[in-house]
Amino acid sequence: MHRYSAFSLLRHALTGHRGWAPAWRDAEPKPHYDVVIVGGGGHGLATAYYLAKLHGIKNVAVLEKGWIGGGNTGRNTTIVRSNYLLPGNAHFYEHSLKLWEGLSQDLNFNVMFSQRGVINLIHSDRERDVLAGRYNAMRLNGIDAEVIDTKTLAKLVPSINLSPDIRFPIQGAVLQPRGGVARHDAVAWGYARAADALGVDIIQGCEVTGIVQDGSKVTGVETTRGTIGAGSVGLAVAGHTSHVAAMAGLTLPIETHLLQATVTEPVKPFFDTVVSSAPAHVYVSQTDKGEVLIGGHIDGYNSYSQRGTLPRIEDILASAVELFPRLSRLRLMRQWAGVMDMSMDGSPIISKTPVENFFINGGWCYGGFKATPGSGWVFAHTIAHNRPHPLNEAFHLDRFETGHVLDERGAGPKPQAH
Amino acid sequence: MLLIPCPHCGERPENEFSYGGDGTVERPTDPAAVSDADWHAYVYRRANPKGPHVEYWYHQFGCRSWFKVRRDTHTHEILPLEDETS
Repeated sequence: MHRYSAFSLLRHALTGHRGWAPAWRDAEPKPHYDVVIVGGGGHGLATAYYLAKLHGIKNVAVLEKGWIGGGNTGRNTTIVRSNYLLPGNAHFYEHSLKLWEGLSQDLNFNVMFSQRGVINLIHSDRERDVLAGRYNAMRLNGIDAEVIDTKTLAKLVPSINLSPDIRFPIQGAVLQPRGGVARHDAVAWGYARAADALGVDIIQGCEVTGIVQDGSKVTGVETTRGTIGAGSVGLAVAGHTSHVAAMAGLTLPIETHLLQATVTEPVKPFFDTVVSSAPAHVYVSQTDKGEVLIGGHIDGYNSYSQRGTLPRIEDILASAVELFPRLSRLRLMRQWAGVMDMSMDGSPIISKTPVENFFINGGWCYGGFKATPGSGWVFAHTIAHNRPHPLNEAFHLDRFETGHVLDERGAGPKPQAH
Repeated sequence: MLLIPCPHCGERPENEFSYGGDGTVERPTDPAAVSDADWHAYVYRRANPKGPHVEYWYHQFGCRSWFKVRRDTHTHEILPLEDETS
């Protein structure tokens, strides 16, 4: 791998930028790998990278049915935070955030991680109690967290609507200063390049159509490019986890739902944080290109279509305009939808399964992007050692049967409510 | 916009309805006689198919009846319920 640096940029500038080599090889599938990772999004690529880097397992393939980063990695709203209450979640997401903080240096690829702060608005006394309780718990867990008043909020986000006459008047906010955003494509590309340099084969245009089993053991995968043998198979196909796991005979506590997002036309920078509101079901940030990126709540019914419907977008936009009235005259540039693994308790599943040599990483609901480095890190450990790391013990598939669910929101077994 | 066929009111826009999830899951009639594994399957496990899916809808802002719809989760096409194979 040629290292990227200011010097390499200068050297290539002198030759008219004609000498840049591809960032990763276009690998042909080999007949057998020690580990096959299904899914070439951020999570799958990160898993392959950490398997090769930290566990010495370099005979690894990442199989992607389309192109890397073309699924949910390319469709999310890029928010990174670790503001979780329950111990099983808090330490995992904080570990992930710490990995984000050194990721560009580790990968030698600028993932444009910008710690601009993530703000959650408070709209009622009850919400203040709940959020202040959660943010105090975060501080006890060693995670940065602040409760701020409307005066401080007005300084941080001058354009926010603090009028008492709106549907959900703003009474204050909580802030995680180390939270922020990152460039989603760069995360996939950076991990792909770094994994490739360690010998990992990244195979695009290769869809898994079956799981090869010998008794209760997985021995490989059938794909559109032939059968590939594998010592272990790990799924990182969130959105389609149920679909692929069913090929190995598993029925999971997951429903697949749509989540939509949209961006406006680019405008001059007018706020530099991430602002979200739970009652209004909306989160807003401004991208480096100036577009205002708006996301909201899931559409609410099972769907693999990657295509949402207008009532939800209308609802999300109404909330965004209420928080930022100046958005009302902006035109939308793009609108899209991704498909989410909505788990039954709102927390992910990174786990061994009843099928030997078969591991799953899914159930991310709509919070998978921020977990990318941490998810790959613990999933690589789980596959390499055939047991979970203490950081993902709570994400075991068995928790639904034993009653150890991680229901951060307290919504019960209703996937569309998380 | 999905048009949901309410058996009482006919096709109505999706924002009049709430979603009730998988319509093939049946609550065990005698909870005391059910094994932990079966109870777990009833509460948590879902087939989550990519394709035809029988599901509950509730006409919340209408006649307030619960009913089943068969819908393709990949194309959003509403299918005849009579073809239900599950």
